[in-house]
Amino acid sequence: MAFELPPLPYSHAALAAQGMCQETLELHHDKHHQAYVTALNGFVEKNEALKGKSLEEIVMLSHGKPDMAPVFNNAGQHWNHNLFWQNMSPTSGGKIPGALEKKITADLGGVDKFKEAFKAAAVGQFGSGWAWLVLGTDGKLKVTKTPNGSNPLATGEGKALLGCDVWEHSYYLDFRNRRPDYVQNWLDKIANYEFAAAQM
Amino acid sequence: MLIMRRRALVLAGGAALLAGRASAQAARASAVLADPVYPFVLPPLPYAAGANEAAIDVATMELHHDKHHAAYVANLNAAVKDVPQVAAMPLSAMLAKLPELPEAIRNAVRNNGGSHANHSMFWPVMGGSGGEPGGELGTAIARDFGSFAQLKDGFNRAGVGQFGSGWVMVLADATGKLSLVARPNQDSPLMDAKRALFGNDVWEHAYYLRYQNRRADYLAAWWNVVNWPAITERYQAALGGKLAI
Repeated sequence: MAFELPPLPYSHAALAAQGMCQETLELHHDKHHQAYVTALNGFVEKNEALKGKSLEEIVMLSHGKPDMAPVFNNAGQHWNHNLFWQNMSPTSGGKIPGALEKKITADLGGVDKFKEAFKAAAVGQFGSGWAWLVLGTDGKLKVTKTPNGSNPLATGEGKALLGCDVWEHSYYLDFRNRRPDYVQNWLDKIANYEFAAAQM
Repeated sequence: MLIMRRRALVLAGGAALLAGRASAQAARASAVLADPVYPFVLPPLPYAAGANEAAIDVATMELHHDKHHAAYVANLNAAVKDVPQVAAMPLSAMLAKLPELPEAIRNAVRNNGGSHANHSMFWPVMGGSGGEPGGELGTAIARDFGSFAQLKDGFNRAGVGQFGSGWVMVLADATGKLSLVARPNQDSPLMDAKRALFGNDVWEHAYYLRYQNRRADYLAAWWNVVNWPAITERYQAALGGKLAI
């Protein structure tokens, strides 16, 4: 069974009023994510060891193996984007449910500190990559970052609750070079904290 | 003291080189750049922002130079300003000696110093009208890549294959031997004491406004604005061991 591009859980224009335009979502979902899925299927097709494996299994088994870097890159990006679309909401973007806010306050020192840490991770990820809110294996929330197609599943840092894509294709049409503004806007207006809370 | 003396020599060498070529290259600034020193400055574009319209739009050129490159220069200055033993080194030495730099600034120098070197190289190798190089450089390309078409093909493939942000470059050593490399992010060949003859930036900011996800189209169009006279000048400097960055 080949991997498939999941449909966007909202229309391409749904986040435009919140700072992510229709063209960005069309390109990001229909072109970039599709290309990762197509490339991943091509690798699975040619490699018996990958056939029948789940996406998670492929991410794990290809991680850290230089000869499998192209497999890891595309599998990781498929996994990351599957989460990313669910990590954004046209209706509840930016609204943090009470239970999650309490946990953010307990583990990260408050919402403002969480956002500062998340922004620092996102801006500090030099080049392409992702910033994450993770539920660590110790049961505490933490903020991390990964380069290119990597993710907390591969690094074993815990369960990813929120992932913000900081590849330039995520924000260049809307924010140009201003990655800090993109991330601030994403945290304040777009991030789906209800989904994040439901993952805990 | 040793570092200061070397810095003075590098500066003097760069100045002499620039002076020597001034007559032959009167129509444009030399593409053989002096080794940058602290405080680092954003070099002006050696042409109008619309000069590369056959491959790169004005808005991209302005953002790329005025915002992205400028930010790297500012961040590099900020990283080294309180570390005099590092600030005293020319850029090529900072990058070649990365493992010896204080850990607190090593990554910032790698990223922002590499960026400054890469972009300083990038601007003057464009602004041309493409075509195919002849002379010694043409001969070296045929010798080391098989043909100019094979160089372009390998270069474009390497550019597409660089996952995430990075660069694709042709290196030249002091014997004139050419080789192709792709590097992630802003990693510079200067980190391995090697020299880029020319290269193309495949960070998405280099092409997203006009080409969006179609990096291959950008790489193909880029050859239309390559400046072979400038690259030939850099090749001659490389042969003499005088290509600083």
